[in-house]
Amino acid sequence: MNTATIKTKIDTAQPATSVEQAEKESVYSTRQLNLWYGNNHALKNIDLEIGENEVTAIIGPSGCGKSTYLKTLNRMVELVPSVKTSGEIHYRGRNIFDSSYGVEELRTRVGMVFQKPNPFPKSIYDNIAYGPRIHGIKNKKILDEIVEKSLRGAAIWDEVKDRLNENAYGISGGQQQRICIARTLAIEPDVILMDEPTSALDPISTLKIEELVQELKEQYSIIIVTHNMQQAARISDKTAFFLNGEVIEYDRTDTIFSNPADKRTEDYISGRFG
Amino acid sequence: MAVREKFEYELHSAQEQLITLSTMAIDALDKSMKALIAHDIDKALQVIDNDANINRLEEELNDQVILLIAKQSPVATDLRRLIVTIKVASDMERVGDYAVNIAKETIRIGQQDLLEPINKIQRMHELATSMLRQGIDALIEEDVEKAKEIADLDDEVDDLYGEAIRLLFQHSAQEPEKLSQVTQLAFVCRYMERSADYATNIAEQLFYLVRGRHYDLNK
Repeated sequence: MNTATIKTKIDTAQPATSVEQAEKESVYSTRQLNLWYGNNHALKNIDLEIGENEVTAIIGPSGCGKSTYLKTLNRMVELVPSVKTSGEIHYRGRNIFDSSYGVEELRTRVGMVFQKPNPFPKSIYDNIAYGPRIHGIKNKKILDEIVEKSLRGAAIWDEVKDRLNENAYGISGGQQQRICIARTLAIEPDVILMDEPTSALDPISTLKIEELVQELKEQYSIIIVTHNMQQAARISDKTAFFLNGEVIEYDRTDTIFSNPADKRTEDYISGRFG
Repeated sequence: MAVREKFEYELHSAQEQLITLSTMAIDALDKSMKALIAHDIDKALQVIDNDANINRLEEELNDQVILLIAKQSPVATDLRRLIVTIKVASDMERVGDYAVNIAKETIRIGQQDLLEPINKIQRMHELATSMLRQGIDALIEEDVEKAKEIADLDDEVDDLYGEAIRLLFQHSAQEPEKLSQVTQLAFVCRYMERSADYATNIAEQLFYLVRGRHYDLNK
């Protein structure tokens, strides 16, 4: 066999990892999104398709725009007075920046969990029932069912079922975070945004949240911002690497963590900067 | 020392260890062939004795790499580099075992005149050791071009293997009293052919390291 033959064999060989899974339907299509905080160009020409019933991880060093992007998906970023955007984000086919699109409607479909558990200073029960009550549900039996279903969905029912009337501040941080997830589930969202949901938790609570994310993706589409590389590798299906407001690489998580295409991605996940 | 620098340092140290291990294994293969040609039983015994050092070095290298993976959770190229290091170390340890096997055949053959196909076996040995050296060089330099040449050389070794075995069978038919040496030399042929295959494996590992994809160069 001569070198030319070897070369052909090498270049045409199909590695096992090239088998692509069928692409799932997009819940979010971001097209040429730009965002400025005053003069600071925080997001630059973002194009991203977020798949249905998938976990999408967003990684990148501090200040790269990943949390800004997450908060743009439910238009929370508009709370910052100096924000200006261009481009489009389509959620289920509709541009969320359309003037006819009500932000309340969007946020009913898109729940959010924050870095620090932020339960309301109320009982565990009232924390979960808060959203449904706002949406006009007053029937106690229906509310009871929603509370139980949501707490079960967030894998915390067994731990709190006998203390539903206790203040949510009285339980551990890991439990509080699952209460916040249950509170999100209570309004039956379609998408759950998670902004570093385990960064304030111990390893056991982190593991529980990670297991929960795996279960929740059967019913919800989840977008998670995380600083924990191993977490992104463990729980997500796709990973987007952000740097200086740009998406440098977006691919299946297996590819990003085993054989990324861009050297900057490799340098970041290998701990060479960030 | 910064965490990343410490990782680089420990990775480098594992690679140095791999070079030492490979040099010892290739030297053992070299020495075993010299012992066979020269009917040098003492040399053959030295090869057998020294194998414990090769085995120990491979175990140490494994431990070092496992610790590095546990402490640093490397990903992508860093992870592949470590996995390739332990796989190649395992192959080189195996080459050391073949050297021991050849040394044992040398002792069994004793002072008998060696049958004619020994020339072909010597040529196989030259090619196999040169392929292994080139494989390690290519791996350390991460030089894909150098690795490609190894697959070419392996075809030559396979051809020589076929010819040597055919000649040995002819001897066994013509000189049945030499059957025992025919068998011993056939085994030596096999060990050389396998050693050359390990050099090809190293080339494949290098492709995997650099490109993150699997290739079969032994086909």
